[in-house]
Amino acid sequence: MTTTTSSPVTTRRGVVELAQVSRWYGNVVAVNDVTMTIGPGVTGLLGPNGAGKSTLLHMMAGFLAPSSGTATLDGGRIWHNHEIYRQIGLVPEKEAVYGFLTGWQFVLSSARLHGLPSPADAARRALDLVEMTDASGRRIETYSKGMRQRVKVAAALVHDPQVLLLDEPFNGMDPRQRLHLMDLVRRMGEEGRTILFSSHILEEVERVAHHIEVLVAGRHAASGDYREIRRRMADRPHLFRVRSSDDRRLAAALIGDPSSSAVSLTEQGVEVQVTDHARFTALLPRMARDLAVHLWQVSPTDEDLESVFSYLISGSSR
Amino acid sequence: MNTVVADITYRAMLGRKRIWLLVLLPVALVALAALLRLVNGQDEQTAVLLMKSFAIGTMLPLLGLIAGTGVIAPEIEDGTIIHLLAKPISRPIIAVTKFVVAASLVAVLAAVSTYAAAYLLAGSESGVATGFTLGALFGGVAYAAVFLLLGVLTRHAVAVGVIYALVWEGVVGGYVPGARKFSIQQWAQSLADHVSSSPFFSTEVTLGFAIPAMVIVTIGAVVWTGQRLRSLSLTGDD
Repeated sequence: MTTTTSSPVTTRRGVVELAQVSRWYGNVVAVNDVTMTIGPGVTGLLGPNGAGKSTLLHMMAGFLAPSSGTATLDGGRIWHNHEIYRQIGLVPEKEAVYGFLTGWQFVLSSARLHGLPSPADAARRALDLVEMTDASGRRIETYSKGMRQRVKVAAALVHDPQVLLLDEPFNGMDPRQRLHLMDLVRRMGEEGRTILFSSHILEEVERVAHHIEVLVAGRHAASGDYREIRRRMADRPHLFRVRSSDDRRLAAALIGDPSSSAVSLTEQGVEVQVTDHARFTALLPRMARDLAVHLWQVSPTDEDLESVFSYLISGSSR
Repeated sequence: MNTVVADITYRAMLGRKRIWLLVLLPVALVALAALLRLVNGQDEQTAVLLMKSFAIGTMLPLLGLIAGTGVIAPEIEDGTIIHLLAKPISRPIIAVTKFVVAASLVAVLAAVSTYAAAYLLAGSESGVATGFTLGALFGGVAYAAVFLLLGVLTRHAVAVGVIYALVWEGVVGGYVPGARKFSIQQWAQSLADHVSSSPFFSTEVTLGFAIPAMVIVTIGAVVWTGQRLRSLSLTGDD
């Protein structure tokens, strides 16, 4: 058992800073010149798959050296510095955990590896926090994906870290487990911990994070309060497809209103380029009633994340 | 040394089916010796031949490979190693602990089975049993260190290890005299030869070369493993 005598950092700040960080693999740039500061509270790292979220998180967690730029925790270097783990808890995305250990043994081993004064108490507390006490006597290999995720969170929390980094933590969880973990994350953020979690699902981030960092294709695309991001996402032009009993009539009326910038008739119905989302959604049903046109289907056609993200990028570079 | 790391590693190595892989070759060695003893009776020459070709020549490198890579490579492959590395423990300490686990497994299994097999065939004649046991013990430790290093250097540790053991030590070492100097197998035999006085056995590598070589290779491999672990990088799926 190793116990180090050096005292832990007394200032519990937990500020992770990336300064002009890039990471490339050969010719492929995974993260491109990212500067961000993650402080206390819950921050969501949002981006589509392949955006470089894991790469960024690994650099914050000391498992990857930046190719250029610096990653620091409270001013101290993260790479090649195992002392940071007194302050950082990491929940990796990979599902693998020692399946031959029970949940209890796994979390207890984490507490002992941290050299905590009373590891059993710490392990009990952490398991309790993620509601895994009842199942803690079973081997991890018998756990469901969500249970594994929770036991990993318990192991990462066992030393009461100031900073918690979670890579796609809600993946593979059932709705109840997801809500519970979201609640836990939110609570820990309110306690003043620095929590960063990555996700490719906007709704997830929106529900938990007070601050959002958006990463697209390795670039830092947007940063700010979730309401701000939400507003910018709602403001972008939407393409709606409307099927009705009289498409031509409806199209003619729609083009007369400033809420849409273009209207076209297609085989599948009317395609409307909407610039004012709120106005359009209020207008359409009223207009249909006044014209005595039956609406059969109203569907947004470009709600996929890629288009949302690429809009955010173009917005941030403007 | 970190006892928690050692505990988890021993469990991973000895738990469930893994242990059979480790026990298989030592059991085969003793069984072979018992069979030869039944058929031919005690025979020092047969003992030396079996020790040279099977105990030291085959079992030892394979045990070293299974244990040396087994204590770390699967964990790196599936990412469970993060559980150990994301802790305020220096990486070289983790490397040393992994080495101790691998070396202890190889040393115990190889030494016990080698002694039992040699004793069955030659009794305590000419110090054959003692000599080869010592050779297996120290050779096993060196193999464990080298294959541990291989486990952190490459994802194809087992393949590279097999090629080293078969091609370098087996073929090249068999025909190219100079290559024999740089072979753990030959060092182990040198040690065995020094202890035993058997007329059926002699080696070319001197003890004065073999022992420092084993010490340097073992320490060097463990230190290098520690350095590699310090810089272990995780590449995400994206």
